[in-house]
Amino acid sequence: MYDVRIRGRRMLSASLCLLTCAMATARQTAETDSVVSLDDVVVWGSQNGKEIVPSQRLSGKQLEGLSSLSVADAIRYFAGVQLKDYGGVGGLKTVDLRSMGTNHTGVFYDGVQLSNAQNGQIDLGKFSLDNVESISLYYGQKSDICQPAKDYGASGTIYIRTRRPRFKPGKRTNVQVGLKAGSFGLIDPSLRWEQQLSEHVSSTLSAEYMHATGKYKFRYRRVLHDGTTAWDTTATRQNGDIGAVRVEGGLFGRMTDGQWNAKVYFYNSERGIPGAIVNNVWTHGQRQWDRNFFTQGSLKKAWGRYELMVHGKYTCDYLHYLDPDTTRLYIDNVFTQQEAYLSVANHYSLTEGWDVALSVDYQYNTLDADLANFVYPKRHTLLWAIATTYEWGRLRAMASLLGTYVTDKESRHPGRMNETADCTNRLTPAVYLSLHPLRDRALSVRAFYKKAFRMPTFNDLYYTDIGNTALKPEFATQYNLGLHYTKDFRRSWLKHLEAKADGYYNEIDNKIVAIPKGSGQYRWMMMNIGRVKIKGLDVSTQTVWMPAKDWMLALTVNYTYQRAQDYSDPTDNDPEAGTWGGQIAYIPWHSGSAIAGITHRGWGLNYSFIYVGERYHNSSNIRANHEEPWYTHDLSLMRDFNVGGTKATVAIECNNVLNQQYDVVLNYPMPGRNWKMKLKWEF
Amino acid sequence: MGVLKIDTRHPLACVLVMIAMLTLVACRKDVEVFLPETVQVGPQEVIVQPDDEREEGSEAGFKSIQGFYLLNEGNMGSNKATLDYYDYATGTYTRNIYGNANPNVPKEMGDVGNALAIYGERLYAVINCSNKIEVMDRRTARRIGQVEIPNCRYIRFHEGYMYVTSYAGPVAVGTEHKQLGYVAKVDTATLQVVATCLTGYQPDELEIANGKIYVANSGGYLTPNYENTVSVIDLQTFTEEKRITVAKNLHHLRADRHGQLWVNSRGDYYTEPSKLYCIDLRTEQVADSIDVAVSNFHLDGDSLYIYGASWSYLTMEDEVTYGIVDVKKRQLVTTNFITDGTEQSIQKPYGVTVNPLTKDIYVTDAKNYVNPGTLYCFDKEGRKKWSVRTGDIPAHIVFLGEKYE
Repeated sequence: MYDVRIRGRRMLSASLCLLTCAMATARQTAETDSVVSLDDVVVWGSQNGKEIVPSQRLSGKQLEGLSSLSVADAIRYFAGVQLKDYGGVGGLKTVDLRSMGTNHTGVFYDGVQLSNAQNGQIDLGKFSLDNVESISLYYGQKSDICQPAKDYGASGTIYIRTRRPRFKPGKRTNVQVGLKAGSFGLIDPSLRWEQQLSEHVSSTLSAEYMHATGKYKFRYRRVLHDGTTAWDTTATRQNGDIGAVRVEGGLFGRMTDGQWNAKVYFYNSERGIPGAIVNNVWTHGQRQWDRNFFTQGSLKKAWGRYELMVHGKYTCDYLHYLDPDTTRLYIDNVFTQQEAYLSVANHYSLTEGWDVALSVDYQYNTLDADLANFVYPKRHTLLWAIATTYEWGRLRAMASLLGTYVTDKESRHPGRMNETADCTNRLTPAVYLSLHPLRDRALSVRAFYKKAFRMPTFNDLYYTDIGNTALKPEFATQYNLGLHYTKDFRRSWLKHLEAKADGYYNEIDNKIVAIPKGSGQYRWMMMNIGRVKIKGLDVSTQTVWMPAKDWMLALTVNYTYQRAQDYSDPTDNDPEAGTWGGQIAYIPWHSGSAIAGITHRGWGLNYSFIYVGERYHNSSNIRANHEEPWYTHDLSLMRDFNVGGTKATVAIECNNVLNQQYDVVLNYPMPGRNWKMKLKWEF
Repeated sequence: MGVLKIDTRHPLACVLVMIAMLTLVACRKDVEVFLPETVQVGPQEVIVQPDDEREEGSEAGFKSIQGFYLLNEGNMGSNKATLDYYDYATGTYTRNIYGNANPNVPKEMGDVGNALAIYGERLYAVINCSNKIEVMDRRTARRIGQVEIPNCRYIRFHEGYMYVTSYAGPVAVGTEHKQLGYVAKVDTATLQVVATCLTGYQPDELEIANGKIYVANSGGYLTPNYENTVSVIDLQTFTEEKRITVAKNLHHLRADRHGQLWVNSRGDYYTEPSKLYCIDLRTEQVADSIDVAVSNFHLDGDSLYIYGASWSYLTMEDEVTYGIVDVKKRQLVTTNFITDGTEQSIQKPYGVTVNPLTKDIYVTDAKNYVNPGTLYCFDKEGRKKWSVRTGDIPAHIVFLGEKYE
């Protein structure tokens, strides 16, 4: 492989490897990692012979070059992803994978799922990229079978992996200090300390403080039919401020044929909620305080053909919402969620090409709220999964079956519980196939079928007045057929080429939707009435070029086509304005992204582009609901310096270079051109 | 597929395909001010009241009617309060006339239209979440100005003054952020608030009769401790003189020509159902009640057209009644003024109005609050004449015409 030639050039090597999954294994042998973890191979190296459908992945230099602050900003670059972004540094950001809805996305942080039993949504804007090494996205599930039962449970899965400590020979301590500053009054210092504690154990501590005023200019403009300005107004986004502290600590250990890790995560923030910009209202006063704490641990060990994996987690999330607006309903509510989770996964290799696995997970969730008539729900979830993989020449197959048993308890008075009649007991299967039709394995054909569901959240079921305890789970069925071509080249400028195309058909049944019901004018009720059918195509290519000595160009382009149609109400079938068959809200037909990075010696220049095509904010696809396309161009320039054996990095970013004024969500204006500077010093 | 027919001699192929794909997609264009859409829906009609058929004491007192305006509320935060107009002479319905009449108003009409009225030569629209009352010319819908009143709800007019209910009074002392509501008195000549009078919590509709203002207090922000009173305000002194206890969570009220005031309660959504009450204005006490769920109503002559939805946990559906109450007899005379089965296709009835001259009945369907709604027109026998797509949450209708002096 050609990477052997450039192994000595650390940066090039790193960038290349991070772009190409094929080289993940090579890197681990090339670099002097003290922790060459088995976990790396199984969970993250997608071409290790166990994964049938590889992930989309962002990591290393490419991730750094994206001028993103949070995980949410980076995830936009994946094919098939729509980010619902309410704007600004502190604004809510949730992802929708292949139009299946936010609640069908599973987000895993260092191997354990982040969950939110209250509303099912993970705000990815809260997860800083500062301590993140890679982000991977799988549609369906990771087709590796040595994993917790929860990993089989979502319709699309995002794995966020924090940085692992790696030490150069003779070094026992790595320190990195960083500072980001820029538009929106952003100031964001961070510190990372890695310590080798013993031959087999290392630790990390990562801390970050972020503060931003969240102020930015936005502009709304309308024209007359002849193109002259009808109205044009510019204002400053208010109440988008944020102050957040994140502290994370981790221990990483190795043992014979195994490894373990433990971590603690703490996040504390106060933010303003900027709200919708409507006629005569240009500012809002809502505040939100979040305090998230979790501690988790995992252990993995092999005994010959048998492998055991154990995960455990405790989470406590506190949310305080205040709406002090003196002209509206005064709201001051506190919600506290707790979760305990334990998982045991067993994996056994029956023969060289045939593996089986059994996983059992248990989870307990509670929600406390100071709402009137609240029912204090508690939920027990038991999951089990059996799975097998089989390899037969150039054909590989995986099948899994997940059993989910959920039971809720509720009470009008804390302390006195009544078991509800409803418990959910479901089986959901998945099948993955992949075939290499060519001898050199450059081309693969893969297919999968997967059924999954999401439980109604505590808010759906029990939120005072609107909750509906009769709700059934919401199901997602996916069919995917794709091709994958990857090849490395020796002699041409093009060194690496990877192309993927996946066509898919998804169906969402029993979709949980809020429907106005009852005698009041604004009485809502959650109902299982939605149905969506999605046909889509994701195409992506990744190329790496070396046109001259010391010059490297990496180019990634993604394109997504989605026809996501609403089949909820057969009576609403007016050909012009009916919602029956209409494209669902906020899903563009066409979307895409491009990332181009050039590196030359210590210099790096990165360009990234996001395109979201025309869409409607309602499945009635009429002009009044139409939203224009938006697209942003971001640029960043980076320089590495060697300062007496230590490494310093300076980067300047300009985002939304063309200063496009746009909304992702109706009436939530996004920032125009903005700047950021990053300093980093590693020693 | 082209992307996959790649060989090492043409490594650029896939990149070119990708670029070609990206060129399929469109660029962002300037957004035009929303232009009206006119559709032919009804018959061509000339609606004139012959002098000898003039209804004595009829609230409306119309000599002729040319059309009506419909205010679509728009879901909260969507800024989609829009104004539609139906023209009888041509039988055409025009959606979204505000932008065309007022192309220079930033962010258009506003967020959540809550009430609509014509007084004198002007059209008034209460835009609840934009904290204003939009004042327009009643013929052209051209903007004249606005009255800023936070969280404004309903309006009535009397001798050159507009009376507006608002939820946003001062925070009551000794309570946990409870805010009393108030009625603002606005001079329609200057569009200035000249006086305010405190009421109960979260006052909704108001009615002027007998030299007094009656205000339905809802207490909607105090769940589950709703208000249960009507405030009585003396017009001369503009002070609250008493409260009439009725039922929990009052909403609309309307005076008839027999000295009675009709009030509906929303109930508490748990044990106390929605109901209709009749207050005798001489004794200022509840004189009668009718056991029917009422979400909204419209009074025409002696007929109070009501609709009401009550949630059933058995069917997981709303059970809807479209009824008429004879206010003279204080009796429910029909529970289905829609007679041809059209009620089956109405998902969320949201407004009811009757043309005072033709007696055609208009019912709006707000559906799921985010999809465009529908306006249904029924003849006086309750048979559907036509229906038309509206904006989001079609709700409030006022007739445009000439009145007797």
